[in-house]
Amino acid sequence: MNTVDQKAVPDSMDALLKGLWRENPVFVQVLGMCPVLAVTNTVINSLVMGLATMFVLVMSSIFVSSFRKLIPKQVRIATFILIIATFVTVADYVIPAISIEVHRSLGAFISLIVVNCVILGRAESFSSKNPVGRSVLDALGMGIGFTIAVLSLGVVREVLGNGTFAGYRVLWSGFEPWVVMLLPGGAFFVLGFWLLLFNWMRERRSRTKTEVAS
Amino acid sequence: MSTEPLSTIFLNAALINNFVLSAFLGICPFIGVSRKLETASRMGMAVTFVMLVSSVCAYGVHQALLIIGAPYLQLISYIVIIASAVQLVEMFIRKFSPALFRALGIFLPLITTNCAILGLALFQTSKEYDFVQALVYALGAGVGFTIAIVVMAGMREELELAELPDIVRGTAIVLILAGLLSLSFMGFAGLGT
Repeated sequence: MNTVDQKAVPDSMDALLKGLWRENPVFVQVLGMCPVLAVTNTVINSLVMGLATMFVLVMSSIFVSSFRKLIPKQVRIATFILIIATFVTVADYVIPAISIEVHRSLGAFISLIVVNCVILGRAESFSSKNPVGRSVLDALGMGIGFTIAVLSLGVVREVLGNGTFAGYRVLWSGFEPWVVMLLPGGAFFVLGFWLLLFNWMRERRSRTKTEVAS
Repeated sequence: MSTEPLSTIFLNAALINNFVLSAFLGICPFIGVSRKLETASRMGMAVTFVMLVSSVCAYGVHQALLIIGAPYLQLISYIVIIASAVQLVEMFIRKFSPALFRALGIFLPLITTNCAILGLALFQTSKEYDFVQALVYALGAGVGFTIAIVVMAGMREELELAELPDIVRGTAIVLILAGLLSLSFMGFAGLGT
């Protein structure tokens, strides 16, 4: 945790911002990998997955945080899971009402948001210990961070694998699509290379810091 | 009702549509506990066992929900069933085989949040398998998970000896290895019908 950042921005703002970059659930904490890898073959699918996860995160953090003094310690995990499962069911019924097509291509992965460790992790480590307002900000930050992460995979995979962005052609017409990007293996490669890039950036930044210090 | 032969169901779940490498279920334990060959194979065993138990439970719950006509309770009841099945299995093993209990250790409770288990329950429902088909499907999925995690652990043990640049150490190299493994598993696609 960077102490300089915490002093520079107010506490509630920090709760929101830390999920975007410094504690990004996917790139830094490496949580919730299954949906990140599975549904990021197109931009639209990634966006819907990110928004659905954000909805469940925010709603469950409101409930967990407002009932945090009523829930007995011993059964808290089970209670959190029940709250999360309720909102996932809501999302599972709302998405087909908006677009049957997207729901079909996401398949069981909407239901599988229940076992996304990001959501249970935030409920356990933040919402169950903080007032409602801050929990919502934290959940919103984590949700946006998660959406950014799935989108960054979805964009790379759709543009390189199909030459399109959200259905619109963006690359020249003679472009030979990299089919591997749409295959399951491509998901692992793209996420692996993103992590590599972030490791490299972090290392370079810490190296310049030590050079300045010395 | 599905009419697939049992052998097709088994091969499909274990190799062709491997749960980890092509359906992306159970990635967390796949990356988290694949550092050593021994722990990886135990994890595979534990997951296979819980898959069989929860598959039977999910089949029963699905039939019950059909009778009372409440499909919207499916997800909530599945997750509760899986959590309690894991708890029951844990108590059962502790009572009857303390040696196995010690061997599985922390992995048993962690399986509750393994999406492969819930995914299996959801898939077997949507594919409309009957009781025996669901059981074979669960066995195939468990075997597939074990194969994937054991192969991965073998590669990571070799990797310990290799010289790597600092920035690829950790999750990045594991993901790239998983990508290669996933591509090679696509070779099994010819087995399917």
